[in-house]
Amino acid sequence: MKNESLYNYVLRLGDDSLILGQRLGEWCGHGPILEEDIAMTNISLDLIGQAMSLLDYAGEIDGNGKDHDALAFLRFENEYQNALLVEQPNGDFADTMMRQFLFDAFRQPLFEKLVHSSDAQLSAIAEKSLKETRYHLKHTSEWIIRLGDGTEESHTRAQKALDNLWRYTDELFSETSADLSLVTSGIVPSMVEIKEVWNKTVHAVFAEATLQIPTNNWQFEGGRRGVHSEHLGYLLADLQYMQRAYPNMKW
Amino acid sequence: MVSKESILTLLEEVCDPEIPVLSLSDLGVLRDVSFRNEEWVITITPTYSGCPAMKTMEDDVLAKLKANGITNVRVELVLSPAWTTDWLSESGKIKLREFGIAPPEHEVDKSVLFAAPTIVPCPKCGSRETKMVSQFGSTACKAHYQCLSCLEPYDYFKCLK
Ligand SMILES: [Zn+2]
Repeated sequence: MKNESLYNYVLRLGDDSLILGQRLGEWCGHGPILEEDIAMTNISLDLIGQAMSLLDYAGEIDGNGKDHDALAFLRFENEYQNALLVEQPNGDFADTMMRQFLFDAFRQPLFEKLVHSSDAQLSAIAEKSLKETRYHLKHTSEWIIRLGDGTEESHTRAQKALDNLWRYTDELFSETSADLSLVTSGIVPSMVEIKEVWNKTVHAVFAEATLQIPTNNWQFEGGRRGVHSEHLGYLLADLQYMQRAYPNMKW
Repeated sequence: MVSKESILTLLEEVCDPEIPVLSLSDLGVLRDVSFRNEEWVITITPTYSGCPAMKTMEDDVLAKLKANGITNVRVELVLSPAWTTDWLSESGKIKLREFGIAPPEHEVDKSVLFAAPTIVPCPKCGSRETKMVSQFGSTACKAHYQCLSCLEPYDYFKCLK
C-alpha cells in the first residue's frame, strides 16, 4: 500500500458517509411528513454518493483492486472505522435530526479545510461534497431550532436526544499519530481547528433552540479503531445481505 | 470522418433522463471531448455526488455514439472543478422554465429559520408570491416550491455554488 495513513483517513470519511447514509435510508417511507421523508432520503443519497467516491479512492490507495462495492459490502464489522455517532439508531425524529446536526456541523468545516488539501483527489471530493453538506447543515440547524424552541413535547424530545448523543461527539475529533503526520504534510487539517468551528456552530444553534449541553462530559470512543456498539452489526446485516447471500449479484 | 464537432452534435441529442428537455451540455455535465491514444474520451461531471442519473447518462452517451458508428469511445468521470448551477447554459435555463421547473436564482438560499428566503418566481404565471415547501425535492438537484398566486406546486432547480 502506498500510503496507509491516507488510506485509513479516507476510509473513515467514507465509512461515516456510508453508515449514516444507510441509517437515513431506513426512514424511507416512514418520515413524519412526506417532505421530511424526501429530505432525509435526499441527504442519504448525497452521503451514499460521497461514500462511493471516498471508498473508490481508498481502494485506489490500497491498490488491491477493491472498488466501493467491495469495501461497502464485503468487510467485517471490526474493519469499519466510522464514528460511533453515525451508527446510533434512528430513534424518533428528534434523535435523527440531532445525530445529523452534530455530524453536519463537523463535516462542513472539515470539507472546507479538505478543499485545500495537497492531495488532489481528496480535495476534489471535498469540493464536491461541501456544496451538498451546506444544504444538510442548514436543514438540520433549522430543525434543531424548531424542535428545541417549539412545543414542550418537541423540546423535551430534542433535549433527550442531545443528552443521549453528546457523549459520541468527542470521537469525531480524535486523531491518530498517523493522522498527525498527514496534518504535517498538508494533506488534512488539524482536528483542533475543526472542533473550534464545530463548537461555535453547536453552541449558537443550541442557544437559539433553548437546549442545554450536558454537563456530564463522559465520552465514548471505539468506532475509529473498529470497536463498535452492538447496533452496527444489525445495520451491516441489512446492508450486506444481498452480496453475502448472492455474491457478485447486480441489480 | 469523426471530429470533435460531429461528436458534440450527436451528444446534443443526449438528455438528462430526469429532465428530458436538457441536453448534457445544457446541464453543464458534459465537460470535454478529446481524442487520446486512438480513443475518444467523453468527460462528464456529476451534479450531486449520489446522482443516480449519472450511470444512465454514461450509458446513453455510449449508446448514442456507438449507434453512429463511433466505437472507440469511453466515458470519464471527473469531480473537479465541481459542478455548480453556473454551468447551466442560458438556453438551458429557458428550457427549464418552459418545462415548468424554476431555473436557479443567482444566490444560494442562505436564509436561516424565519429570515427572508430567496424569491423564486413561479414558472407557470411568473408571480413572485411563492413559498418554499421543502429544501429537498423530487431529485437531489431540486427544491419543492408552491405558487401563492396560481397555487401551482413546482420544482425549483436549486442554486448550488
Ligand atoms: Zn403561479
